[in-house]
Amino acid sequence: MRKFFILLSREIRSYFYSPIAYIVLVFFLLVTGFDFYFQVSFMNQRAVAYSVQEAFFNSVFFWFAFVLIFPLITMRLFAEEFKLGTIEPLMTAPVRDWQVVLSKYFGALFFYIVLWLPTVLYFVIFQWRALQPAATSQGAYLGSYLMILLLGMFYLSIGCFASVLTKNQIVAAIISFATITLLFFLGLVSFILLDVSSETRQLLGYFSAIEQMGTLSRGQIDTRPMVLYLSMTILMLTFTYQAFQSRKWKL
Amino acid sequence: MIKVENLTKRYAGQTAIDNLNFEVGKGEIMGFLGPNGAGKSTTMRILSSFMPPTSGRASVAGFDIFEKSLQARAHLGYMPENVPLYNDMRVNEYLDYRAALKGVQHRRIAERVGDVKELCGLKEVEKKLIGTLSKGYRQRVGLADALVHEPDLLILDEPTSGLDPNQIRQVRDLIKNLGRQHTILLSTHILPEVEMTCSRVIIINRGRIEACDTPENLLNQMRTATGVILEAKTGTDNGVEELKKIAGVKDVSLTTEGDWQIFSLRAEAETEIRPEIFRLASERRWTVRELSQRKATLEDVFVEITHPEA
Repeated sequence: MRKFFILLSREIRSYFYSPIAYIVLVFFLLVTGFDFYFQVSFMNQRAVAYSVQEAFFNSVFFWFAFVLIFPLITMRLFAEEFKLGTIEPLMTAPVRDWQVVLSKYFGALFFYIVLWLPTVLYFVIFQWRALQPAATSQGAYLGSYLMILLLGMFYLSIGCFASVLTKNQIVAAIISFATITLLFFLGLVSFILLDVSSETRQLLGYFSAIEQMGTLSRGQIDTRPMVLYLSMTILMLTFTYQAFQSRKWKL
Repeated sequence: MIKVENLTKRYAGQTAIDNLNFEVGKGEIMGFLGPNGAGKSTTMRILSSFMPPTSGRASVAGFDIFEKSLQARAHLGYMPENVPLYNDMRVNEYLDYRAALKGVQHRRIAERVGDVKELCGLKEVEKKLIGTLSKGYRQRVGLADALVHEPDLLILDEPTSGLDPNQIRQVRDLIKNLGRQHTILLSTHILPEVEMTCSRVIIINRGRIEACDTPENLLNQMRTATGVILEAKTGTDNGVEELKKIAGVKDVSLTTEGDWQIFSLRAEAETEIRPEIFRLASERRWTVRELSQRKATLEDVFVEITHPEA
């Protein structure tokens, strides 16, 4: 386990060595900050049937920023090591393949969590200035952030897998962006195709991140997305591990 | 320290190394020579567990590189060709990280990193970003990394490539010093370096071992086949015929340089022909300005072995 934490600490530090991390942080805060401001101003003008917190986590701005960050976080994970050749000193040190794969994944997850932490401040500031809570219940905050964590874990594992397939970061980014966007829009099919049968719609609804977020951000902690995303994450990490091992036979 | 048995590596349709067998004993400095693409790096990458062989076995410090890969890697310091490093880390950070990763105990890391920085002359750049270092310093960081966990064995893939002559001399002296405590396998293109540092040499060509011996023995084998140079003013045109009459001379060729005639003679193995040439020259009253045996260098051995047609 010591090796794993040594690797993990380098992965985490390596995010903050590169300017990309700060650009992603700033870009992300700008978009989510604008989202929050926009929702609050909108609600100032008319009465709506949802809370600030629900509005924030279900808006178009939110999802736009959301799907865009994963390729940026994950594209360099393996691709950069392959390109620079640093994979060679790394893998000739006494470390196991799974330690490397998991340290990279959890390093990305750590950065992802850091990315979201400042958004908590939005609600704190709101409550302080508006003298009323931004959500209907504590469970609503919990549900929203749980959904963000679950979906993030899954999408990061897709990005991890895309990065292990190539030594070109741009290619890795395109693969993960295309996959994540397709998966995400699968949940929108029920809105677009009105003539599909109700069973198909219901089935697609189970995979729709938007619908799941709708449920969880109301504070209804549904276990189905938990099972879905955790198992999909494990599956993608297994693929990543297999692809990472197979590099030896391709060399 | 290293034991290689029937090691073979095939890439898609191409044999990179073909049935290699060799051993490197404790305390030896083994030089690995061969033209580009001969299979040197492939062999070193297999020995360092970076890629698996297609067939055959190898062990490092008594550990099979396939079955006991982690232990083998823990006993080995490897410096890859071109020394890939994380450019966004500082020298200190990088060496601390590598020491910890290679299992140096926490309380010994500072001491070990300090030692290798001293040894490799990295003190003055310890706080610099690796990306800003010159090629020579990068090479030293790579070497420090290979040494930081006190491995029994060092595998260095072209440790002096891309360095200037002063840096080459520094690295060579460093390797020589390291050879007192470590077993070293190093590959290089710079042949005088091998003559000066290595206790044994393997010459590899197209994936096969063509020669494996001490540099002295390789040179002795060559010297028998090398020739003698005579530069003289003979005043005749039949110098070549006269020289050919000397017992043991196989072949004579002639070139001229102004008034001077330059004969190059090839003698049969282990025959000393120079006294006879001198006698002939003094009988015929030739003016001699040079009579010398051309000493073979490892370069001749290398060229002869790797380009038999030339």
